Formats: sequence, C-alpha cells, structure tokens
Amino acid sequence: MIKIYREEDYILWSYTMPMNNYINEAHKAEEAQSEDSSVKKRRIVIPGEVIATGEDYLPGEGARREGDNVLASRFGLAEEAGRVIKVIAITGAFIPRRNNVIIGRVTAVSFNGWIIDVDSASSAFLPIDESPRFINKSEMNQFLDIGEVVVAKIWSVNARGIDLSLKGQGLGKLDKGFIFRIIPNRVPRVIGREGSMITLIKENTGCNITVGQNGWIWVSGPSLEAEIKARKVIEFIVEKVYVSGLTELVEDWFVKNK
Amino acid sequence: MSAMDCSNITRETLKRLFVEGKRFDGRGLSDYRDFNISFNVSNKAEGSARVKIGKTEVVVGVKMEVGKPYADSPEKGNLTVSGDLLPMASPRFEAGPPKFNAIELPRLVDRAIRHSGILDLKQLVITPGEKVWTVIIDIYPINDDGNIIDAATIGAAAALRKAMVPVLNEKGEIDYHQESKTPLPISKEIFPMIITFFRLGDSIILDPTREEEEACEARIAWGVSKWEGQYMINSCQKGEEIPLTRQHIEYMMDIIPKKFDEASEKLKKFF
Repeated sequence: MIKIYREEDYILWSYTMPMNNYINEAHKAEEAQSEDSSVKKRRIVIPGEVIATGEDYLPGEGARREGDNVLASRFGLAEEAGRVIKVIAITGAFIPRRNNVIIGRVTAVSFNGWIIDVDSASSAFLPIDESPRFINKSEMNQFLDIGEVVVAKIWSVNARGIDLSLKGQGLGKLDKGFIFRIIPNRVPRVIGREGSMITLIKENTGCNITVGQNGWIWVSGPSLEAEIKARKVIEFIVEKVYVSGLTELVEDWFVKNK
Repeated sequence: MSAMDCSNITRETLKRLFVEGKRFDGRGLSDYRDFNISFNVSNKAEGSARVKIGKTEVVVGVKMEVGKPYADSPEKGNLTVSGDLLPMASPRFEAGPPKFNAIELPRLVDRAIRHSGILDLKQLVITPGEKVWTVIIDIYPINDDGNIIDAATIGAAAALRKAMVPVLNEKGEIDYHQESKTPLPISKEIFPMIITFFRLGDSIILDPTREEEEACEARIAWGVSKWEGQYMINSCQKGEEIPLTRQHIEYMMDIIPKKFDEASEKLKKFF
C-alpha cells in the first residue's frame, strides 16, 4: 500500500490541462482587443517575462519590479488596471490565507482535535475548542470521524501549520452529497462576481453548493441527475478560464443541457 | 486504491450512482474510455509505446541485452518486466524504494505477457545454454487517472510488437550502428490484455478514473488473451481487503469476452 502523504492534486491537474488551447484562446482574445487600443489589456505571461517598462507602472499581485521593468512572477494572465499590473495565476497550489473558507477531510483524530487534509502543503488542525458545541474528549470520533468532510475557516497560518475553526455561519460537518476538486486558482471564476455564477448554477440545478477556497467543491442536490449536472457545469466553467462573458455561455449551456 | 483517501460522502454518492448504472463522466459501468497509442516514442529503445486511456498515460519501452539463460531454462530467452510509479504521475506516488503497488504492477504485467504466449522465448536463444537474449520491458506511468494496470499491459504488448532485435557483430556483441530488420518473435494473433474490475458496494466497474479507484473497495485483475478463437485467462490477481462473491466472478466471466473484443477492436486501428 502506498502511503499518501499529501494530496497536491494540482500536479495531476496542471498536467492534464491542455494548456496550448488556453494559450491560443488567450492570443485570439488579445488580438481582438489590441485592434482598437494600443494598450494590451490581457495577455498570457510566463515567470520572468517583461510585462511593461517604465516608472509609470506599479507591480501588483503576481508581478514584481526589477530595475526599470515589471516582470511576471507567476504563469498566468497579465492585466493592466490603470498603473497597476497584476498577474492572475492560472495554475498552482492552494496558498492558505487567514479567513479562507475551505473544505477538508478528516485524516486523523488526536487527543485534542482533528487533523484535516485541506489539499495544502502544510497540514491543518482543528482543535476541540473550536467546534461549535462542547464535545467530550471521549466522544470525539462521534462528532467527526476519519473520512468525514467539514467546511471550516482558517483562523491562523503559522510555521506549525494551519489552524481551523468551525465557529461561524455555514461552517460544520457535511453529511450528504459529494465533493470533487478543481484547480484552486479558478475558484473565483466558479463563484463569479459577488457570487453571481454560483447563484446561477444553484438556481438551474436546485443543488446546494459550497466552494472551498482550496478548490474542493461540495454538491448536494435533490437527485443524482441534478448533482451530476452541477458538477458538469462547474467543470465546464473551469475549462473556460479565458472566455469573457462566461455567464452567457453558462446560460447557453443550461439551455442546451436541459 | 486505499479507501482512506476518499471521503465518506463521496463514496456513498458513488455507490448510489453505480447502483443506478451511472458514472460522473457519463459512461456506463463497464465502458472503457478512449484509447490512444503512439509508437516508438523513445529513440534508444528497441521498441516503445505510449498508451493513453482517458487521461491516464503510460510509457513502455523494450530494451534487449545479450545474457545468460536461467539454469532451469537453458533453451529459452529471458523476459524481465520492471517499472516504477513516478512521483510526477500522481500525488499518491512517492520517490524512494518501490512500495507494494510499484512491485505489484510489473509482476502483473509480466505474468499477463509471459503466459499469453505472445513472445516466443525459445526463438531468442543465440547459443543454447550459454547465450540468450534478455528482453527487458520498462513501464513508466506518466499520469495516473486510474486503471494503470490495463494501460501498462496494453503498452507492454504494443511495445513488444514494434520491437526489433538488434544486430550482433562477429564478436557476439550488439552493434547499434547497423539497422535491424528482424522483429521480435511475436505472435500476431495474440494480444494480451489485463482487464481489471473494481468493486464498490455491490457494483462492479471497469476502467475507473482515479477518483473512482480511490473509492473502490476491491480489485481483481484478469490477464486475458485470445488464442485460436478461444478466450484464455492467463493470470489473475485480487487486490484490497474486501472479498468478491461468486456472483461477481460469474458476472465478470460473462462480460470478459465482450469487453476483450471491444477493446481489441478499439486498439486495432493503431497497429
């Protein structure tokens, strides 16, 4: 039996994604945009690539300054918003941040808490004090057992690892439906602006969906068909990273896959 | 492969799906994903193949050496199958000494190939009792999206079919400068395959993705080939802890010929 130490799925994912298609798609979009404006709005960059030259520009997220140039430090889409240049990463691991709501799986029960796999480089710990109600130490595995799934919030990231909390609205154990994984960087796309995309999916499939910032998605619906449909449409969204006007595309998808 | 890595709720959903005969990717329970094979992907190997089943990808190479025969088979060439589960293929594989699965995979492939009779080892003798060819099959999974065993066996058989026996010079050493025109003594009629069935709940599925494979509780690998119109079972190995019932085995025996023919038909266009 191979012992599984970490589940950094992005290795598999990033390999299996047909990257060339994205690059082509992005270049097409870029050509279309550069016709009317001299400033390129969005283009694909690789780490170390010069995005802009001059003191006028400021490096944002995923970019850095070196001398006179602003370079990309991640592989993704370079975007200019006024003076600030940022790179939206396309692939990569989940980087835990404070207040992220994530979905994790219990891998071990210790004497004072649960060890939780959140698909990150360091392991996560959910102390018994952070559970929503009082739990006797002898009955810990009745509340959460190995293999069960929780929605939790990260309340600190430190050298020891990630500390989680279950205190808060919408957090807790999941006991129906299923979970699957997407690339963590594409989570914002699935959620949409102020949750517009996820609301659209919920309305059209009737499913309950929780998207963890670590790229794990929980779906639970009235029927298996609805759940499969919800998963399919999310995977469709994840594939179309570069397409603008994604909402219309998804609406079309729902019409086609009635 | 171990049930520890799948969350309980996902496994329950998969169970319910399988009972209804459905899968997340829209296939039936015993449908294969698309195959793709490309040949001679390696420059230096005597024969090689890259097999894709869905997103699963395996590279297999055949290398040949001049060696001594084993003491119990002086009139036969040697066949060695080796392989490793590379960390780049899946987050579940770790670098370091081979573990259980990494040892099991080449052994399974070895038995399926050896006992199918695709390779006639008797024709690989140079000097009887002294010098024979050693055929080394190397298996390297590039990407694991489930069902690596089936992919590796197809790859091994495909690489053997394309392999050429290197030319020997007067001293009896391999001369790589001369182009070889002798293929391996391969039987064109026989194409060995491993058909692996997975059990989850009371459902038996074929060709799982990694997600499904992680949820499954039992696994059984059948080495199958067809010889003179008859279906042959050359090897069989059961994995994981949960047992299989007689009904399961009978069901498998019913569909193995159908699935073998279906897969052979899909593979035919690549040769």
